[in-house]
Order: sequence, then structure tokens, then C-alpha cells
Amino acid sequence: MKLVIGIVRPEKANDVLEALYRAEVRGVSMSRVQGHGGELDRVETYRGTTVKVGLAEKVRFEIAVSDEFVDTTIDALCEGARTGEVGDGKIFVVPLERAVRIRTGEADTAAVTPVSK
Amino acid sequence: MSTGIDTGDTAWMLVATALVLMMTPALGLFYAGLVRAKNTLNTFMMSIAAIALALVTWAAVGYSLAFDGHGALLGGLGHAFLHGVGFAPRAGTHIPQLVFFAFQATFCIITVALVSGAVVERMRFGAYLVFALLWSVLVYAVLAHWAFGGGWLMHGGTLDFAGGVPVEMGSGFSALAAAIVVGARKDYGRQAILPHNAVYVLLGAGLLWFGWFGFNGGSGFGVGHPSVLAFTNTLITPSCTLVVWFLLDLVRGRKVTAIGAATAVIVGCVAITPAGGYVSPGWAMALGALAALPSYALIVWRPRTRVDETLDVLAAHGTAGFFGILFVGFFAQAAWNGVSNGLAYGNARQLLWQGLAALAGPAYAFAMTFALLKLIGAVMPLRVPELEEAIGMDVTQHGEEAYASGEGAILVTTEAGIEGPRPVAQPEPA
Repeated sequence: MKLVIGIVRPEKANDVLEALYRAEVRGVSMSRVQGHGGELDRVETYRGTTVKVGLAEKVRFEIAVSDEFVDTTIDALCEGARTGEVGDGKIFVVPLERAVRIRTGEADTAAVTPVSK
Repeated sequence: MSTGIDTGDTAWMLVATALVLMMTPALGLFYAGLVRAKNTLNTFMMSIAAIALALVTWAAVGYSLAFDGHGALLGGLGHAFLHGVGFAPRAGTHIPQLVFFAFQATFCIITVALVSGAVVERMRFGAYLVFALLWSVLVYAVLAHWAFGGGWLMHGGTLDFAGGVPVEMGSGFSALAAAIVVGARKDYGRQAILPHNAVYVLLGAGLLWFGWFGFNGGSGFGVGHPSVLAFTNTLITPSCTLVVWFLLDLVRGRKVTAIGAATAVIVGCVAITPAGGYVSPGWAMALGALAALPSYALIVWRPRTRVDETLDVLAAHGTAGFFGILFVGFFAQAAWNGVSNGLAYGNARQLLWQGLAALAGPAYAFAMTFALLKLIGAVMPLRVPELEEAIGMDVTQHGEEAYASGEGAILVTTEAGIEGPRPVAQPEPA
């Protein structure tokens, strides 16, 4: 079991969801985060106060999957989130110790694999 | 006071002018609520830009082309740069021509702002400024001359109380042309694009309605019967539109929607605009109820087409204005307006002239806007690149955000004159 964390552009979030759906990866959390990667700072001006905004809006996906779904999930994230410009985001995969589906009490792989499978 | 000036009329027209000017920021708020959060400021700024540009063109040539002389198609240049516009009364009114000019200027401004609803979320701000500048003269001033300034429609007998032809149909059918030329947003039809703040939409609609009392109530240019009738009809008609819109919402989706209600207020105000001082309060109620139907139908149908007329200017303004203009042809009543009867009271000729206005106004607005945007498009790009459209117009066009948190912002300069970078929150260098 792995936890796949994808940090992507907010404007690509819908495309990522669509790609995940097509890859039959069900079970996703997403949250809005702010972060700094390699992208250029953008300059904004408010009434004579000019600022460099170093933190960019991003959307963070967290997807817990069984081992055989890891590559599918990564492919879907890349496909949905890529524009080719700096700032497309990152994917992190971390090991997952336990997972429990609250409704049924199913544990681990049974809890993170799609219900239909 | 100069001779021929009525102080009561003038006092009311001063207030009415201010009310109509307020409608443009109100429209900006209404439109801003309907777009996505990342495009809030750009959408609002399109309305603010109309205040800047349309006033300048109006003072330079627009007012003169609309209101100088009785040419069939176009006025003269006798009032260009406000020449001869002073304290003496405008012919046919008892208010100084300066006030008349200012009142009409606010109409030109809001009409330019209305058209922006068709092209929000993708049109380059620079290209929009050029478009607004030219459109205010080439389309608005011409239609205003036809309907208000002694042009062929007014001369022939078309009754247009407060701008069904130049303002409502002028903006609505221009919006359709603009949406076609500029093209759909890249996400249109592929993603759900939702209004980001329904409260702005309701508040904007409420302020528009408030301003509309000046818009319609001032179009009698005084405090006489036409203004009083139009003022009260401006209260009656949108309420009736709201009731019918609620019913249509209930039948269609079993829920009364807030954005639907805001739209209904606009549709009702638009419908009574050409008819305000010409129909009885009873007919104004019927007008409000009936005008809901074609606009509602168009708003339901339009998103299924490929035409991304984004904020439905055609449905709210073009269609309701068209409906109102024709309604005058049927139900104008000389007993109420002292001018003319409609078909229902035995005067078929009135309907003929209303019908002509309902054909000529939209045809001119559509064709001229189409040609104008094609011309501008040949000189400069009309749209932002797709990547900028994705990031959002606020940051890419204005370098500002509507909902900036300030987190991660590093001070570069201030008005106090501190030069050079002064880190406040220095993030990890790349």
C-alpha cells in the first residue's frame, strides 16, 4: 500500500480528477495548499505597494492505493496535470502502514482498492 | 437660472444621473459574482473601464452624433467636445443641456459595460479597451440617435422610453456578435464553470434595480406624468417577472434559485425600459410576467449551444428589450402616455414602427459589432493565450488578485520610497 501525493496546478485539478476517474482510481482527497517550487515569482501591485508573491496556489491530491495501482495513479496524475511549463507540480509516493474502511472495517488493501474490484 | 429651466425637473435629473452612473459598478459586481474567482477583478474592471472610455468618447463626439440635429441616420458635429452645451435648456425639456448631456452619458457608459458580459474570462484587456472606445461611438451613439436623438426611428414614430433600442437590444445583440467573434472560453462545455459568489450577483442586481429608478424615472426628463408612470412601473414590472421566474424554477427544478432571481430582476427592469412611460401599470404587470418566458427559455437553451455568450446578455437584455419594444406596439395607451395608442387600442401603425425598431436595432448592432471586432482582431490578438486564461485574468491582466491572502508576499517597494527588496517572508530559494 502506498499513499500517492500529487501537488498540481489548481486550474488542472479538474483534468486530474477526470484522468483518475478514467484510470478507475476511486477514493481521492484534495485540498488547497500554497507552495513554492521552481517557478518564477509573480509581481503584483496594490496602490503603490509592489510585492513578489513567492507562494503559488496549488491543489494537493492524496490517494491511498494498493501496490498494483501505484503506476496507474502516477500516470493519471501526470496526464491530467502536465502543461509542460514550470510549475506543473510534484508527485510523492510514501509507504502506508495501515488503512481501514470505516463502514465495513475492511483493512489494508481491501480498504484502498475500488469496491467494484 | 436661465429662462425655461424648471428647478424641480433639474433637481430630479441631477439625482437620476447619479443613480444611473451607480448602475455601472453595480453591473460590475453582478458580473464579477457570475465568473470564477480568478477572473473577478478583470470582469469588474471591464465595467469600470466603460466609465473611463465611454465618457470621453461621449464628450468628444458621441453626444453630438446622437443629439445634434435631426439627420435620419446620424447627428451632426455641432456639439463635439461639448460645444454649445451649457446652462440653456435642451430643446423639448426644462433642464440645462449640461444635465441632459450628463444623464445621456451614463446611458452610454452602462451600455458599453453590458456588452463586456459576452467576452469575460478570456478577452485581452487591451483589446477590450480599444473595442469599448470604438463601440461607444460606432454602435451606441448611432442607435441612440435613431431612437432618442431625432433619427429615423424616432421621427417615424417608434416609442422607446428609456433605451430598448440603443441600450438593451444594442448591448444584447452586440454581445452575441462579440461572443461569436472572440470565441468560447477554453473550458466552455468541457468543465462545469460556476458563479463564484452568488451574494455579489444578488447585491449587484439589487443595486441595478435601485439605479434603474433613475434610468427609467429620469427618461421623462423631469417630474411630469411620464416619469412618475415609468418610476412606478419600474417597481411593478420586475416584481412580476420575479414571481413568474420563481414558478418556472419550481416547475423545472423544484427549487427557487438565487441566481435565477437576480436574473429575473434584470429581465423585468429591461422589459419595462422601452415601455416605462407608455403603458398602464396593469399592462406593466402583464409585461413583467410575460417577458420572463422568452428570456428564461433562452437562458436554458443557450448553454447547450457552442456560443459562449458567457453572462447571457442576449437573453437578459436583447430578448427582454425586444419583447418590451414590441409590447409598446400592442399596449401603449394614449390615456396614460398622452402620445400614442398601440394596436390593442386601435393604432396598428404604432406596432409597425415598434416592429421596425425591433428589426433594425438588433441588425445594426450585430453587424457593426461583428465587423468592428473582426477589424480589431486583424490588428491585435483579442484573446489571452490559453495558459494565461487558465491561470486567471486577474493575475495575468492586472497583476492583482481579488482575494489575495498576502501569504508569501515579499515587499519590493512602497510609496514611502523604500527601494529594493525588503524580505518580509523569504521562502526557500529554488
